[in-house]
This record gives sequence, structure tokens and C-alpha cells, in this order.
Amino acid sequence: MAEPAAPAVRMTGIHKHFGAVVANADVSLSVASGTVHGIVGENGAGKSTLMSILYGFYTADSGQIEVFGQAAAIRNADDAIALGIGMVHQHFMLVDTLTALENVMLGAEPHWLLHRADAQVRSKLNALMLSTGLQIPLDSLVADLPVGDRQRLEILKTLYRGAKILILDEPTAVLTPQETTQLFGVLKRLREQGTTLILITHKLKEVMALCDVVTVMRAGQVVAEVPIAEASIESLAQAMVGRKVHMGRSAEAAHQTGAVLLRAEHLSVTDGLGVQRLQDVSLSLCAGEIVGVAGVSGNGQSELMDVLTGLLTPNQGQLQLEGRDFTPPNWLDPSQARALGLAHVPEDRHARALVMAFAAWESAVLGYDDLPEYSSSGWMNHTHMRQATTNMMERFDVRPRDTELPSSKFSGGNQQKLVLARELGRAPKVLLVGQPTRGVDIGAIEFIYTQLRALRQAGCAVLVVSSELDEILALSDRVLVMNQGRIAGELPIAQCTEAALGLLMTGGSA
Amino acid sequence: MNTLPRWADLVLLPAVSLLVALLAAGGVVALVGQDPWEVIQVLVHGAFGTARGVSYTLYYATTFVFTGLAVAVAFHGGLFNIGGEGQAVIGGLGTGLVALWWSAFLPSWLMLPIMMLSGALFGMAWAAVPGYLQAYRGSHVVITTIMFNFIASTVLVYVLVNHLRPKGSMSVESEMFAESANLPGVHEVLGHIGIDWPSSPLNLSVLLAALAAVAVYLFLWRTRAGYRLRAVGSSPGAAEYAGIKSRHQVVMAMAISGALAGLVGMNEIAGVSGKLMLEFVSGAGFTGIAVALMGRNHPLGIVLASLLFGALFQGGAEVAFEVQGFSRDMVVMLQGFIVLFSGAMTYVIAPQLARVLGWFSKPLTSQGKAGATHG
Amino acid sequence: MDEALIGSMLASTLRVSTPLIFCALAGLLSERSGVVDIGLEGKMLLAAFAAGAAGATWDSTWLALLAAIGVAVSMSWVHGLACVSHRGDQVVSGVAINIIAVGLTAVLGAAWFHQGGQTPPVSDAVRISALMPGLAEAARGLPGLGTVLGDGILGHNALVYLALGLVPLVWWTLFRTRFGLRLRAVGENPQMVDAAGVSVMRLRYTALTLNGILCGLAGSYLVLAQSASFSQNMTAGRGFMALAALIFGRWHPVKALWACLLFGFLDAAAIRLQGVHLPGVGEVPVQAIQALPYVLTVVLLAGFIGKSVAPQSLGIPYSKER
Repeated sequence: MAEPAAPAVRMTGIHKHFGAVVANADVSLSVASGTVHGIVGENGAGKSTLMSILYGFYTADSGQIEVFGQAAAIRNADDAIALGIGMVHQHFMLVDTLTALENVMLGAEPHWLLHRADAQVRSKLNALMLSTGLQIPLDSLVADLPVGDRQRLEILKTLYRGAKILILDEPTAVLTPQETTQLFGVLKRLREQGTTLILITHKLKEVMALCDVVTVMRAGQVVAEVPIAEASIESLAQAMVGRKVHMGRSAEAAHQTGAVLLRAEHLSVTDGLGVQRLQDVSLSLCAGEIVGVAGVSGNGQSELMDVLTGLLTPNQGQLQLEGRDFTPPNWLDPSQARALGLAHVPEDRHARALVMAFAAWESAVLGYDDLPEYSSSGWMNHTHMRQATTNMMERFDVRPRDTELPSSKFSGGNQQKLVLARELGRAPKVLLVGQPTRGVDIGAIEFIYTQLRALRQAGCAVLVVSSELDEILALSDRVLVMNQGRIAGELPIAQCTEAALGLLMTGGSA
Repeated sequence: MNTLPRWADLVLLPAVSLLVALLAAGGVVALVGQDPWEVIQVLVHGAFGTARGVSYTLYYATTFVFTGLAVAVAFHGGLFNIGGEGQAVIGGLGTGLVALWWSAFLPSWLMLPIMMLSGALFGMAWAAVPGYLQAYRGSHVVITTIMFNFIASTVLVYVLVNHLRPKGSMSVESEMFAESANLPGVHEVLGHIGIDWPSSPLNLSVLLAALAAVAVYLFLWRTRAGYRLRAVGSSPGAAEYAGIKSRHQVVMAMAISGALAGLVGMNEIAGVSGKLMLEFVSGAGFTGIAVALMGRNHPLGIVLASLLFGALFQGGAEVAFEVQGFSRDMVVMLQGFIVLFSGAMTYVIAPQLARVLGWFSKPLTSQGKAGATHG
Repeated sequence: MDEALIGSMLASTLRVSTPLIFCALAGLLSERSGVVDIGLEGKMLLAAFAAGAAGATWDSTWLALLAAIGVAVSMSWVHGLACVSHRGDQVVSGVAINIIAVGLTAVLGAAWFHQGGQTPPVSDAVRISALMPGLAEAARGLPGLGTVLGDGILGHNALVYLALGLVPLVWWTLFRTRFGLRLRAVGENPQMVDAAGVSVMRLRYTALTLNGILCGLAGSYLVLAQSASFSQNMTAGRGFMALAALIFGRWHPVKALWACLLFGFLDAAAIRLQGVHLPGVGEVPVQAIQALPYVLTVVLLAGFIGKSVAPQSLGIPYSKER
């Protein structure tokens, strides 16, 4: 469609960094008016940052933005709204105890008397609901609305404020298949009415079904921009995943796996809002292997880790560990897990792995304070604990070598090394690691990989969950890909090609 | 919270807050036509200038140590225990009851420990109920402990008026305990070894308070149970990861807290009055909050802060005696200012303090958050 | 049950409940906006002192009221400075205000009036007396309903009627005006309100100001309508009882009114039931009745008589964050 009119949004040469990390490197984007434009990429590709800049949450270091042909300075969300840009976030901004109508009205009430304001807003909303096909019961409390309705309410909020350009951030993350279909219907109608839609997603099937144009981002840069007619799921998946360093690495020589140490079957988890987070997940871990779990985050990996380590009880499923069987409601708990030789390096360092206010030596015994060498008859043996911490710091090169320093004062990499030292120090039989090198400096990354490989050599079963595909490929003997709460597929490392992984990660071949 | 180095957070900040509180109180003193400086001089002399004054200061401090430790233990478990007042009342009731029942039959080496145990257990129970309700039913511990404070005072009145008051007596108090229920006064003990010391309410429970402070220190930082309690208070997520059950720790923290508050009876009842009466706590529970805040929830800080408040109370009594128009309520007011400035206003004061410190120090390596804890 | 008793109970209940109603409404506005208010007791006490001092010194009802309201609003603003403008702990701040109030009123009282902490009685002209004495007197003459109408309903002073009238007013403000909508929203999800372009701080400060005015009225009532002078600690825990009533009334103006009336009734009944033998129960100790409001609130909080759901952001300091 040759469009002589100015594009709805044109971003040119956008550059944005956070500290040492470059989130957007010379990114240019042109969104034609009245189209649905998809932006796809893995975690960390830079798509959320780019849209946050468009919506005013961040300011770009350099680059220009034009909205409907006019240069725009967007310093905050109010500026963006004034220009007709609206955003529907992943986490809804709604007040549960108010009705849908009240939520739309808040902040833009046309009259100080609610019943007068109500009448005006209601008629406008009814008209909007009619023209867009977005139906929600206006007088229901948000607390009583299902997730799909809440999302529609969020969309209505932006439209009510006159949004002509709508940014949707991973909109189908919390929707059931039916709700997804309904959403697509709504989005298509909006497009017919001339609204411009920008869709941030990693789900290629949806992109193919809905979008007119697709931009693929990778590592902060735009790697492709194609009209949908010229794209296919395979080509997009490949572009998204790109040429990875360890792609198709041949398996380590002379590598043999031993007995099954952990077996999980048919794990299912449904969260408080009724969304299925894990669907019938089964896996087993054998001694002497590293299994990587790949996938865009939010596809059930966190829940899987929580279930396997005893922090979350699944609705259904079974776990076998060291000859013991667990089924809900009598699920594993973290102390039992440790007693059975399972160690856990959590993905959330700050809220889980360490007590930030505690000194290093106190964090170094977290979860293990009942071990005989650390405490006897209820008294903690400070000398032993401090000595053990010093040893840990030596072995894992944690700096500074100060056992008294509060955990919060160590850099991310050193915190992670401390956690690893603690968990690996017990010679575990099974190790579950989440995001092993998130926030870790380059020097420490290779060290951590070496430690994990050494564990494997020693006969431990290691499960690594990471949203960094490079990392998964560097470490794993076989790779499980998670998508939409399921294991979409499993590949031995030698068969991990861009195309295969990309398809699995984006639900392409599901 | 702020970018103060650790030493400033632990020592300088409370000192500055105290100073601001003193200035505010001094302002009121000046407002009513007194000379703040003169008041301070009389106060300090009254508190520390004579042996008798020092004794009274220590006697008041003893009660504050118990209630301050109570608040601090709960804080370390992540809870705000405002119920120290009620827990002290019920603890005292427990102490008094066993004294009334058994003091005539038991020797003091048995009676006194039983009284102590009873006081601790009663106080523990009174705090454990709100603790349980918070942990297992989500009832906010601040509100429930406030309610329990009021219920406690009505219980005490009821028991005294209807059951313990000797027949025909008009005053609301029980009969005197037998001799074995009395904790000897310090002046008595010193007298036995030949030291002449003026008489005062100061009694051996001052040693109990010191022991309690040491015990709390050991518990919190040397035992596994204390470690777990602090973990839950500091980072519930990490505690869960470590397999520590938050609910247990919450109830434990409140129970220990209540037990400590329950020991107030040993000072006031066993040590001084020798009978159960209505006003033996009279606000000490709230002073405990001020003491814990000033002492940064550390036993050593609490002991020092208790001495401070003990001095204020004793010195305040002297000032009320000597200075026209002055009453002890001045100390209550100062206490309120201290709670305000070292409790709620720390976020107002701390950044200013950090700025001032920044003028003095060269850029150090101190980055990021300072060590110490929540308020 | 004789009519005179009902009438006098009704009268006592309304008299006792009035300061509770003012305070409960004050707490309601503050807590609905997300700011915990433990300091109701302290503010009421300070306001009572201000009313007593101003009323006695300047012999004017209006100045007394103004002084009371001014003092209470100032303390609410101090609370706001610590907790809304900065991230101070709301409970600690409230406790501080209570302690300061006890000490400050005693100190100033003793220093200014030399009567052991009391203020001199305000003159009758300053006192707020019955609003419709003529009507009440006439009603008393009616057979069968005389006491109930005359004493119980018509014989009260303006502040009592004001308190009762404020309940529907607060209800209307909360549920029928734009301000009320925003207030309720900010107590549940301040991020959302901020994102919608409304100032969280302004909403909370407005709520605190209204809170101060109502606490000022509560304190004024104690001195201008009830006892004629301030005496030490005269609030005697009523601020906490109002807090209990607020929670018992699930942060809703009308339910809180019923809770206040219930607690006021219990208070009035406590004295009368002393020495009275109830069938099947024996003599009810007055302390049991005194403790009842607090026990009921705990039972409610424990979830045994329905759920009490506080505003979601209550007690959590708000900071803009991404």
C-alpha cells in the first residue's frame, strides 16, 4: 500500500543506553498510519525500551521522533497522550474496587458531580464500544472482570483519551486462546477505523495473523523490516534469533549421562487470575548433564523453577527426587529439597537469593543454617561460618574479600558468585539455576560457566533457565524450549539451529 | 533509604534526632516562660548528681529496658508491636497472681523465679494472640495490639476490683505479698556488704534487665532461631527460599516480645510495690517504642536509650519539684518529639544530614545503601 | 423497659457517640486516601485543649472552634510532612502525635492556667448548649414519647446534629463527587491515579486537612458541649475507640456511624448496668462492657464476623517509580 501521507510515527536514529548497556543502537522505525505494525524480538532486543521512549517513560540519548509528520518532544506520558499516543501495558493500571466506567473516567471526569460526569462519559463510551466492538459491562467492578475484559478496559481507556496510535505490550501474554481471537477481532476493527496499532510481541503466529508490517529487533538494533506478505514465520524466527556464536555446537566429547536424578511429570500451574502458567510439563534430569531451558521470559520458566524447588505447589503433577515422590498437596518444600541434595540459584538475587541487609557471612549460610558445622543445639558457630565464607570467597573469587560487608554492597557479579559458592559448596546432586549471569560483568561470566561445567563433570544434574539464548547454547547438552507454559520441544545441542530454535521459541511449530 | 555511611546511620542520626527533639521541647519550655538551660541543668543534676538520683534513674531505666527490648525483638521480626503497654500489664498480673497465691508458702529462691516465669508467660500469651492473628488470619498487628492494650487495662481493673481487693478496702489494689515475693532493693544488698547507699526503688531487677539485654543480643545474633527471625523480618522472600516458615517466626517474635514486656512486673511489683495495683506500667510501653527507635533496635543502644529516658524521668521529677510551673509532662512531651523525629521524620532529617556530611568528607568509596535497618 | 429509660439511653448514646463520629469520619477520610491515622486520639486531645484555652481566654465560641480546628489541622499536616511528603512510617508518626499531645497539653495547661493542667471553665455564653430548647421542652410534655423525643432526639446541641449530618455529607462526597472518586482510587492504587495525571500528594493532603477539621470539631465538642473545661487526658481513649469503630464499620461512613452508635451505646450502658443482674448471666462486670468495642473489633479483624478489607495502599508510602 503506497502511502503518500506522513507516517503516524517516525523514529529516527534512536540511541539509548542504561549505564554500560546499550538498549537501542541507532534504531529507526516508520509506522504507517492506519496499519498494524509488529515489533518482534527476544528479551533484551530493545523493543520495550523503544516503545517506552515513544510513550515518554524514557528520553532517548539522541534521535528524533515525528508524530503524524510533526516533530515531537515527548518528555513524559502526558506529552504522549496529548499527541494521541496510548499504551496498554502488560501490568494493568486499574483500581479493583471501582467500576469499569469509573476507571475510564478517573482523571478526566467532565464534571465534579459524579452522576453528571457519569452520564457524559457513559454516552461517549457506549458510542466507542459500538464503533470498536469492544464490549465490557461498564458498571461491573474491575475485581469481578475476567482478564480479557480488563485488557479491553485498558484499551478503552486509551481510546477514550483520544488515542490514535495504540501501543500494545505483549497483549496476549495473559489471554486464553478465545480471548486472543476476540482481541484480534477488536484490533482489526480499530485498524479499519484508522487507528494505528503497534504490537510488541514475540509470538510470530500472531504477527502473521494480524500485522501489516513487521520490524525485527535483535541486540538493540533493527535487523529487518518487512511487509507481512514478504515474510514467513521461519524467516522471522531466523532473523530474531540470528547467528549465535555456539549455534549447532557439537556435543562435548566423551560425555556420558548417568541415572535419572530428578523426574517431573505433568506439572500444571494455574495462577490467581485463572491463567495457566504451566501446562502438562514433564522433564527429567540425569547425572552429568546440563539441560538448558530456553524461551522468552514469561512463558512459564519462573513457575517451573519455583515448582521444582518447592517454592510453589502445582495444581497437578508429580516429582521424583532421590527416590522420594511428591504430589500436591504434599509437595516438596525448600528445606526438604536441600536435604535431598537439590541446590537452587534463584533468578531474583535481591528478593530471594540473599538477605540484602545481612553481612556476607550471614547470607552465605542462608538455607543451610541447620548444618552441624554451622550450628549445634541452636547456637550458631560464627567462627565456622566466617571461615566457610572466607573459603567460599577464595574459591569463587568474590570481591572484596570482606565477610562483614552487607550483601547489598557487593556488585551484581560478586553477589552471584557468592550465591553460587554457597549452593555449589554443598556438592549438590541436582542444581537448578535461573538467569545465572544476569547483571554479571564479563569477567565473572566465564568463571561461572566453568563452575557449571565442572559440576557436570562431577556427575551433577544441572538445569539452567535463561532468557539469553547465547548462554543456553554455550552451556547445554540438550535444550528444552518453553512456550506458553509448555515444553514446545527438545533438541540435543548439535541440532540447535536458528531456524529450529526460533520456531520453537515463538510457537511457530506448536 | 539514604546514603549515610553506617556509623552515621547508627550513631549520628539518632544523636541529631535527639538534638532536634530537645530543641523542639526547649522551644516549648521557652514558650511557657521557663529557661530551657536552667531546666536542663536541674534535670541533669537530678538524674546523675546524687546517689539517690542515679538510683532512681536506673530504676526507671530498668522498666524501659524491658519494654524497649520487646519492641526491638518484634521489629527485627518485621513487626511493629505497640502492645507493650498491655503486655506489661498482663505480665504484671501474672507476676502478682502467683505471688498472692503462693508467696506465703514458698521461699523466695523459688517464689521469685516463679513470679518471673509467670510474668513472662502471661505477657507472652497476650502478645502471641495478635501475633497468631497476623500470621494466620492477616489481622494487622498494629490495630490488634492497640485493642489488646485497652482490653488489658479493663481486665486488670476487673480482677483487682472484683477479686483481689481485700474486703472493705476502698483502694483498688490487692493485699500485700508475703516477704518471699519481694525483690530486695539494691540499697539493702549494698547495706549487707557494708556500703551505705540511699534507699530508692532501685532493686535487683536492674540485673535482670541487664541479663535480658545480653540474652536478647545472644538470641538475635548468636542463635539459629534469632537468625531465622531476622531473616523473615529483613527479607520474607529470601526466608521463604531458605525454607524458613514466616508464620512461625511472626508468632515467635511476638511471643518473645510479649515475654520481655511481661518482665516489667518484676521491677514494679516484685521490686517496689509488693502488691498488685492499677498504675504500675503507666506509659512505659510507649516509652519502650521511643527507646527502641533511639537505640536503633540494638540491645546496647536500648540500654543507653533507657538510661537516657530514665534520666529524663528522674530529672523531670526533680525539675517539677524545683522549678515553678513545671511538671513531669515535659518529659512525656520530649518523648513524643523523640518518637517523631527519630521515628517518622528520619526520612526528612537523614538526607539533610547526608548533605552536611558531604560538605565535610571527600568523595569516599561509600556508594549505595547504608547497612542499617528499617524503622 | 420504660420509656424514660429508652429516652435517656438514647440521649446518652448520642452524646457519647458524637466525638466518636467526628473522629471516625476524620480517620475514614485519611485512611481511604491510604494514610494510616493512629493519631486521632492525640489530635482530639490537642484540639480540646485549644478550645478550652481559647474559649476561656477570649470568651468566644467561634475563636475556640477556630483554635481547635487550627491546631488539629496543623498536626495533620505534620503527619503529612513526615509520611506523605516523605516516606516516614505512618504508625510511628501517629504514636508520636499521641504522646506529644499528652505532654504538650499538660505542660501548656499547667504553665498558662496554673490549675494543675486544667483550663478554667468556659462561660455559659461560650458553651454550646441545646439547639432547640423550646421544642425539646414542648416535646417532653408529650405523653408516651416525651422523653424519647424531648431528651433523646430534640434536646441536643448543634455539634451533635452536625456530627449526624456530616455522615451523609461525607458519604455523598466520597461516592458522588469527583474528589471522592479520586480519593477512593488513591487509597487503592496510587500508581494508577498518578498515571492518570492526578496528584497523589494533593489528594492525600486534602484528606488530611479535612481530617484535621473533623478532629478539631471532636475536641471542641468535649470542651464546649460536654464538660466546659479541659482536663488532662480527657479523651480517655476515645480516639482509639473511633479508630475501632472505623475499622468495624469497614471504612464506610454509614457503617462507621452504626459502629460509633453501638460503641457509644455500650459506653452509656456500662455505667447503668453496674450492679444490675441480668437474667441467666448474673451481674455483668462493667469492665466487660467497656472492653466490648475492642473485643468486637479484634473478632472482626480475625475474620470471624465477616471480612474487613482495608484500602489496599493503606500504610504504604507512595513513591513514583517505573
